[in-house]
Amino acid sequence: MSARFDQKISETLADPRLQLAIYTATGRLMSHRKAVVSEDALPEYQELRTQASAIKRHTIENLDWYLEEFERNVIAHGGHVHWCRTATDVADVVLGIAKQRGARLIVKSKSMTTEEVDLNERLSHHGLESVETDLGEYILQLMHQTPYHIVAPALHLTRQDVAKVFEDSLGVPHDIVIENQTLTARGVLREKFLNADIGISGANFLIADSGAVTIVENEGNARLSTSAPQVHIAIAGIEKLIPRAQDLATFLKLLARSATGQPLSVYTSFLSGPRKPGEVDGPTEFHVVLLDGGRTKLLADAEKRESLHCIRCGACLNHCPVYRKIGGHSFPWVYSGPIGAIITPQFHGLDSEPALPFASTLCGACAEVCPVKIDIPKILLELRAEVRDVEKQNADGQLERAAFRAFAYLAVRPKLWSRVLAFGRRLPVWPLGPAGAWFSERELPVPAARSFRELWKERQGR
Amino acid sequence: MPARVSIFVTCIVDQLFPQVGMAMATVLERIGYTVEFPEAQTCCGQPAFNSGFRDEARTVARHTLAALENCEYVVVPSGSCAAMLSHHYADLFPASSQERAAAAALTPRVFEFSQFLTEVAKRKEVGAKFDGAVTYHDSCHALRELKIKDAPRRLLAAVQGLELREMDAAEECCGFGGTFSVKFAGVSGAMARTKLDSIVRTGASAVVSIDSSCLMQLQGAIARAGLPIRTLHLAEVLAGQ
Amino acid sequence: MNHREAILADVRRGLGRNGEPPPSPPAARIVRPQVPRAARVESMLQKVIALAGTAVHLRTGEEARRFVAALTGGQSAIASNALVLREYGITTLPGVRSGVTEEAELRGLCATASFGISSADYALSDTGSLVMLASPAEARLISLLPPVHIAVVPVDRLLSGLDELFTLLPLPAEQTSSMVFITGPSRTADIEQILVRGVHGPGEVHVVIVGE
Repeated sequence: MSARFDQKISETLADPRLQLAIYTATGRLMSHRKAVVSEDALPEYQELRTQASAIKRHTIENLDWYLEEFERNVIAHGGHVHWCRTATDVADVVLGIAKQRGARLIVKSKSMTTEEVDLNERLSHHGLESVETDLGEYILQLMHQTPYHIVAPALHLTRQDVAKVFEDSLGVPHDIVIENQTLTARGVLREKFLNADIGISGANFLIADSGAVTIVENEGNARLSTSAPQVHIAIAGIEKLIPRAQDLATFLKLLARSATGQPLSVYTSFLSGPRKPGEVDGPTEFHVVLLDGGRTKLLADAEKRESLHCIRCGACLNHCPVYRKIGGHSFPWVYSGPIGAIITPQFHGLDSEPALPFASTLCGACAEVCPVKIDIPKILLELRAEVRDVEKQNADGQLERAAFRAFAYLAVRPKLWSRVLAFGRRLPVWPLGPAGAWFSERELPVPAARSFRELWKERQGR
Repeated sequence: MPARVSIFVTCIVDQLFPQVGMAMATVLERIGYTVEFPEAQTCCGQPAFNSGFRDEARTVARHTLAALENCEYVVVPSGSCAAMLSHHYADLFPASSQERAAAAALTPRVFEFSQFLTEVAKRKEVGAKFDGAVTYHDSCHALRELKIKDAPRRLLAAVQGLELREMDAAEECCGFGGTFSVKFAGVSGAMARTKLDSIVRTGASAVVSIDSSCLMQLQGAIARAGLPIRTLHLAEVLAGQ
Repeated sequence: MNHREAILADVRRGLGRNGEPPPSPPAARIVRPQVPRAARVESMLQKVIALAGTAVHLRTGEEARRFVAALTGGQSAIASNALVLREYGITTLPGVRSGVTEEAELRGLCATASFGISSADYALSDTGSLVMLASPAEARLISLLPPVHIAVVPVDRLLSGLDELFTLLPLPAEQTSSMVFITGPSRTADIEQILVRGVHGPGEVHVVIVGE
C-alpha cells in the first residue's frame, strides 16, 4: 500500500465529524434510492436494469459504429465534433475555440470527465477564467479541492466550512445559514452566466441517432451554461454513447433514482445543436469533445470491458461499506468508491495504487445496486489476479506468495494439513504481523483445543 | 428422502469453531440423515482465490472437487464457502476442461446449511429451543451470491422461546473480507463497530449468522468493546434443546 | 493519422471489429400504459405539488388568464411567444412583456422579470414534468432566469410519461435543438444534504393545466 493511501485512510477514520458526515449522507442517499426502486414504486425496476445492461453491452461492443453515427448526426444538425486522445488535447480544443471567439470567461457545469483532465487548471494557465457553477463544485473550486463523491461533490464539508470560504474568497460576511449561502452563490454565478462567452458541460449520455447530448441536473446551472453563452462545448468520454433517443426511456428511469432517489432529476436537457433559425436564444455554436483518455485500452479486455458501462450514478459509492469509512479523497483518482477502484487501475495502471483492488470485502453491495449491473466484485478479483502477475515480475509480495504456496501445498495433503495446523493451534499467539493487525482492532479468536476432524473421529469411534 | 449427506465443514470451523460442525451434524442427524465427513477435505481455496493467487486456488479446487466427487449432497456451514464451491470453481477453469465439468456437476449438489434444511429437507423447524432474543446478520456472500435471506430467519423464528429481532443494518458487511481484515485493519475494525452499533440497538443478547468468519470478526469486536453479546452460528442455535 | 482515425482504429482493434454494421441493438423498451385523461390530470397535479410546485386544472383560457393575473399581480413578467398564451389573453395582462424577438432584449427582460410565463409542448403526468422544446415560440431563458416560472399547458398535451413522449418523438432532434424536461423547482442539497430550492433556476414553479 502506498504511504498516501494509508495516510488518507487513517486521517479519514480518525475524524469523527467526517465519519458522521459520510455515513449520514450516504445513508440518506441509500434510503432515498430504496424508496423509489421498491417493488411498489417501480415494479419494472429489474427489467429496466436488464435492458440498460444489454443496451450498454451492445453499444460498447460496437462502439466505433455508434461513434461515427453520432458524429454524422452532430454535423448534420450544424454542430462540431472534436476527437481527443488526452487531457492536453481537450484543453487545446477549448483554447482553440476560445481564441477564435476572443473568449475570456467560461462557465462550467459539473462534469467528472473534465475533472479527469483537470481542465480548469489548464485553462487558467492560458488566462481564461473557468468558473464551476454547480454549487458544490463552486465551493470546491474556491477551496482548490476535488470532488468527494460523483454526485455529491461537497459531501465532506459543513456549513461552517462554506461560510469561511465564502468570507475569505468573496468577501461576504460570515453566514452559516445554508439558504443564504445558496443565495450568495446564485448572485455571484448569475453574473458569470450572463457574461460568459462559452459554456462547458459534461454529458450523461451521447445519443447516436440524434447527435445529441443529454445532461441531467437539479440546480439549473447546466441549463444556464448551455443556454446563456453563445458557445456550448460538451465534453464526454467515448463510452457515454447509447444508440437511440428512445433508449432514454430506459436510462432516465434508472439514473436519477439510483443517484439521488428522484424519479427524474429537476432538469433533463437533450441538446442536439446550435439554435435553429428564428430562435431568440441558445448557443450559436455547438461542439462535442469526445475523449479517449485511456478508454480504448479498456475496450481491448473482454472480461473487464463492462467497466465502461457505468452511467456515474454514484449508487455503488453510497452502498459501499468501505467508501462509507474511507471517503472519497482517500482514492488515488477523481473517481472514488467501487467504480473508482475498478477503473483507476485500468486507466492509470495497476501500480497507480496496487492495494486499491484489495480495498474491498467483496461484499457485493455495489453490484446489487448498479443500474447497469456491472459485476464490480468480479472485476476486482480479476484485477487482484493481475496484481499478482505483476508481482511475479518484480520483487513485491514475495512473503504473501510464499504463504499461499505453502497453503496450497498443505491443502492438498490432508494428513499433513491436519498435523501442521494442530501444531499451529498449540503455539502461543503473538500479536505480530497479520495477527497484530487483527489485534489492533479486535480480540484474537481462541483456537479450539481439538479440531472438528479430531472430534468427529472420536465420535465415530464410539 | 435421501438418507445420506456429506458435510464440508470449512477450514475455519475445523480449526476454530469445531462445535459449529458438530452442531450441524447433530441437527442433520436429528431430522433423519446419516452424516458423512469426507476426510480428504481441507479448505475450499477461497483465501487464495480472493487474494488473486489463481494457481494456488486451482490447486486446492482440484483437490476439493476430487474429495467431494461422490457426494450426493454437500452441506456447508458457510454461505461464503458454499458460494466458492458452487459459483467460483467454474470460473477457475477453462470452458472445456474436465475440472469445469466437475465443477458444474458439483454446483447443484452444494447447499449452505439453512438452504439444505429448507429446500432439500423441507423443514420449517427442527425441534430446537432457545431462551432469549437474537438478531440475524446477513453474511454478504450468502445474501448476494446465494440469495439466502429468508431461510435462516424462518428457521430462527420457529425456534421455541427465541425472539428474532431485525437490526437496521442487517445487510451491511461486518468488515471481515478475509485478508482485508488485516490488510485494512482500521477500516475493517470501523466497519465491525458500525455493525455492532446496529446489533446493540436491537437489545438482542446474541447475534446469529450462517458464516463463522463473520462471527469471528464480530466476536473479536464485541470482546474488545466489552459487550455482553454472544455470537452464535445458526447450527448452534438449532442444535439446542 | 489524426486523433479521430487513431481512436476509431484503437476501438476497432480492441473490439476485433472491421467497421461492419453491428447486429441490431436490443429493441428499445417502450411500454405505454393506457391512462385516461382524468387520471393523467390527477397524477400531474399530485406530482407537481409533491415536488413543492403548485398545480391547478382550469376549464377555460379565460380562467387561466385570471389565474395568472392573480399570481403576477401586475408585476413584471416575460411571456414566451407560444400561441396559447396569446389566445388565452395572458400576453396582454398588465406587466407582461411578450413578442420579444431580439436576444439582448430577451436576456435583459429575463434577468429582471419577476415571472417567466411559458407554455409547454408536453407534460409527463407520471413524474410531473414539463417538456419544453426550444423554438421561435419558446425561448430557453424564460423558464430559467426569472425566480418564478408559470407554465400554461393545454390538457391534451398531458402524456402518461417518457415512453409515450418517445413514441411521439422518436427523434426529438428533428424538431428542436433543445428539449428540456422540468420536474419541479430548481434545487440543491450540496451543503450538508439540506434541501434548498431556487439555486440557479426558478425556486417556484406553477403549472396551469387548461381545458376539459
